[in-house]
Amino acid sequence: MASQSTKLLIKGGRIVNEDQSFIADVLIENGVISDIGQDLGVSNEAQVIDATGKLVIPGGIDTHTHLQMPFMGTVSVDDFYTGTRAALAGGTTMIIDFVVPSKGESLLVAYDRWRQWADPKVCCDYSLHVCVTWWSEQVKSEMEILAKDKGVNSFKMFMAYKDTLMLEDSALYFAFEQSKRVGAIAQVHAENGSIIAEKVKELIDAGVTGPEGHLQSRPESVEAEATHRAITIAEQTNCPLYVVHVMSKSAADLVSQAQRKGLVVFGEPIAASLGTTGAHYFDKCWRHAAGHVMSPPLRDDHTTPGYLMDLLASGDLHLTGTDNCTFNANQKALGKNDFSKIPNGVNGVEDRMSVIWEKGVVTGKMDACRFVAVTSSTAAKVFNIYPQKGRVAVGSDADVVIWNPDRKRVISAKTHHQACDFNIFEGMECHGVPFYVIARGQIVRDPHGVRVVAGSGRFVPNPPYAEIAYSRIRRRDQINKPRKVEREPYKGEAITINNNDNASNNNV
Amino acid sequence: MASARTPLKKVPIHLQSAQLRVFIKGGRIVNDDQSFTADVYIEDGVIKQIGNNLVVPGGSRTIDAKGKFIIPGGLDTCTHFEQTCYGTVSPDDFYSGTRAALAGGTTTVIDFVVPEVNQSLLDAYKRCRESADAKVCCDYLLQVCLTDWNDKVSQEMEVLVKDNGINSFHVFMANVGDQRAFPESVMYQVLKRCRQLGALLTVHAENGCLIEEKTKEVISHGIAGPEGHVLSRPEEAEAEAVYRAIALASMVNAPVYISKVMSRMSADVIHEQRRKGKVVFGEVIPAALAADGSQYFNRSWRHAAGYVMSPPLRLDPTTPEYLTDLLANDDLQVTGSDHCTFDANQKAIGKDDFRKIPVGANGTEDRLSVVWEKSVVSGKMDTNRFVAVTSATAAKIFNVYPRKGRIAVGSDADVVIWDPNSTRTISASSQQQKTDFNIFEGLTCRGAPSVVINGGCVSVDEDGLHVTQGGGRFISAVSGSEFVYGRIREREKLNKPSRVVREPYSGPALSYTSNGTLESVKVVSPLPGTEKGEEFHNRVTRSGGRNLQDSSFSLSGAQIDDNVPQRAGMKVSQPPGGKASSLW
Repeated sequence: MASQSTKLLIKGGRIVNEDQSFIADVLIENGVISDIGQDLGVSNEAQVIDATGKLVIPGGIDTHTHLQMPFMGTVSVDDFYTGTRAALAGGTTMIIDFVVPSKGESLLVAYDRWRQWADPKVCCDYSLHVCVTWWSEQVKSEMEILAKDKGVNSFKMFMAYKDTLMLEDSALYFAFEQSKRVGAIAQVHAENGSIIAEKVKELIDAGVTGPEGHLQSRPESVEAEATHRAITIAEQTNCPLYVVHVMSKSAADLVSQAQRKGLVVFGEPIAASLGTTGAHYFDKCWRHAAGHVMSPPLRDDHTTPGYLMDLLASGDLHLTGTDNCTFNANQKALGKNDFSKIPNGVNGVEDRMSVIWEKGVVTGKMDACRFVAVTSSTAAKVFNIYPQKGRVAVGSDADVVIWNPDRKRVISAKTHHQACDFNIFEGMECHGVPFYVIARGQIVRDPHGVRVVAGSGRFVPNPPYAEIAYSRIRRRDQINKPRKVEREPYKGEAITINNNDNASNNNV
Repeated sequence: MASARTPLKKVPIHLQSAQLRVFIKGGRIVNDDQSFTADVYIEDGVIKQIGNNLVVPGGSRTIDAKGKFIIPGGLDTCTHFEQTCYGTVSPDDFYSGTRAALAGGTTTVIDFVVPEVNQSLLDAYKRCRESADAKVCCDYLLQVCLTDWNDKVSQEMEVLVKDNGINSFHVFMANVGDQRAFPESVMYQVLKRCRQLGALLTVHAENGCLIEEKTKEVISHGIAGPEGHVLSRPEEAEAEAVYRAIALASMVNAPVYISKVMSRMSADVIHEQRRKGKVVFGEVIPAALAADGSQYFNRSWRHAAGYVMSPPLRLDPTTPEYLTDLLANDDLQVTGSDHCTFDANQKAIGKDDFRKIPVGANGTEDRLSVVWEKSVVSGKMDTNRFVAVTSATAAKIFNVYPRKGRIAVGSDADVVIWDPNSTRTISASSQQQKTDFNIFEGLTCRGAPSVVINGGCVSVDEDGLHVTQGGGRFISAVSGSEFVYGRIREREKLNKPSRVVREPYSGPALSYTSNGTLESVKVVSPLPGTEKGEEFHNRVTRSGGRNLQDSSFSLSGAQIDDNVPQRAGMKVSQPPGGKASSLW
């Protein structure tokens, strides 16, 4: 029914963009916003939605998901169908997922594989980041192809997961350098993998095998150290940096200090780090504790979520993802005797918008405009698809959410749309729910429920050289040429080193 | 002409059309959120169309902007035209000042109404409007300075906000020139009033007492030259006042705007407080981005005196770079010029005593070029951020966005075509402003306006400057800016003072007898709650009975036997958990 109607008129809502809000009607035609204005005329064929008293916001962009991800011997249960369906149910109309090639695998082959998994199943638009898990000349040239022809403008490097995904510092440097050369953003999972490997051994030896060991094996300083190292490498390569899943206060502080010094760096807290804490790792119930296992872990400092939200509100952190990578109880149980074998990952793709609204807007930390900035606009700018996405404006894609700030819902695994059997936000009451969700002009959620079509989403290419990152980088390249001082050659005495390591004085 | 538009004046349309219809071709439009290449069509002072392949009526003036940026005209948040200081009046009045602003690419200024002592705010406002309306060449807004606090001021603030287009007030926390420091004790009331009205309080933040003492010290050392100005107004005095202003504002849940952030210390205070969620905005002036306090030690008295402004430029030579970094990073938000010029003979009032040097320097003409040179050319900012700090954010704060501060259909046609390839060297000999000195003398800026369009009329083009005295308008600013008050209003709902409902205290208490001495009085009351038939420690369960699972332990410290008099400090012989007398 809704899918046959090509015209949609949203009447009387308050349009909220990142820079301002105003009351106006929105007309949607053929998947695009075709008009915005006061008292737009109603033609017969247009379906009219009354949005009086509601907010009309750009659909959310989740910058960080791992749907259908083969990991630690199993595959995350939310695939590109259930995952994107859950996203839409929660008001997110676009996700950016990760292609994770195994060591030695061609990036292009992995990219094609992910596209084949995603294209027939996705219900909302999506883009892809590509992970660089090993380094060679082939990887280097494939990064260029991906950036130029395949719509990828971000590469993620792991500083954790030693022996499987982790890159050494020299490889990190090369990967950053190449990202910069092709106009892409370098992303890092910032945790010191070598320290973690040692910590895990220590803890297992000490008999700590439960999920609490996961937290203790990855302390906050391990995240902070790697964040600082990534910042240093980015500075040296003059490459824009994007720190994925900022989980701790100390890592967040490093990101905000670095940008104060002028580094082009983006910090991404996730729904989990904004909504809950690491106290759950000490829960007596193994399943409950294991359900929260993710990397970097949630922090047991209970002031962390509030602190990260403050920084997100003040602009020290920039955009939000979820690191959605869900596993059921039986999968988590792979590590029932050894925390290091528990598949890492939690939910979030469905609840991100509500959690951030609840913890950010309802608490008075941010206004609705900033909410839009951190849930979609800034992400659209970084991945260079603004204002096609991330703005309610004439000509933009009709990815629109009609947000009802006056309704409440309680998050629960029983009622969520995700495929997994656990929800880390269980019992959280959120004031603010999506009333209608419109993806590419189609109503996918209305008060009666969620209606989606597998494969209706499209791949959205991310062009390289995003202005928000690269206009400064380019300027700095022009300025910061290496300096050479022209000198008279040295003509005095110099020693030479003989093969037998005896130094002797020779006249030049 | 087929146009149905009625001419503004009785001038044949073909004669006015060249002025009123402008078509800008091929430039790159830069807003604070994005840039894109498109043409712009302007008619009747408003941006009518943006896009490629526009159909425009014949007779429009076409301007080629290929290779150039089309940016919103600058919004200068802080000018003091015709300002009186120590009995002398700044030579830049509303005409020459706004003319200079236009020459530099600024198309809107915010000036200050400065009432005399005991003068009605409304009278001062009206007088200022009369003077300005007749002279301004570009649009302007006004802030009203407050000098005292009483009921009349409070009422006049409301009239100004509701009927006169004022949405910001200014106070000086220290004496500056003729301005007396605002009484500290009533800052709280003013902030509260501002919040009620949805207005923004902007503050000149310096600690007056500290400065007074420091000045005495400096004078006692025999220092009478301009270097005494910077020595007597230290960074600490600025940072302290900034901190105090923010603390007061957050106590009231009101926003606050710090005018002229001049030092690293106060910039740090602002960004720390912003990180904690305080609604505070910091304004930087171009002087602070391009010069430092070493100027005050110049051998030429005239040169050194030319830089006398408050707060002063700082001695730390890393200050300009640091402030630019913070401005780029949104730790500081806007730029204003604090333009207030005085000629050499006027500055010379203080030739033997730095305390009498009229305070102020130029800036409105050079602000855009200086900010561009120091932040965009240096790679610290991109062009979008440049637009944010020179116009868009200020327009949001003062609630004239998107009418000002954005290139969008329906916005005012205040447009600058910015040429990043042109170079100009700033000099007093070539400036438009009416003063004989320029603090940026000799600074080469790689970026300058090539065309300035002000309210749809071309004010600057290749032929020079064309302005009309009185051609600008007063812009009414509406109170309750979303950018400023969005969070404040949400917090108002949340932050109600919380009250704990307690049993009344019923133990022994001291009280004053009729002859003023203290006397111990035993308060005897029935067992709390018994008269109402309630249990002592907890509310009854929903079914009406007492919940027997409840502990009688109370966090408030109240105990069931509180009505039994005890000696203060009496040892508990049987603590919970049993006696430990064997150890005592």
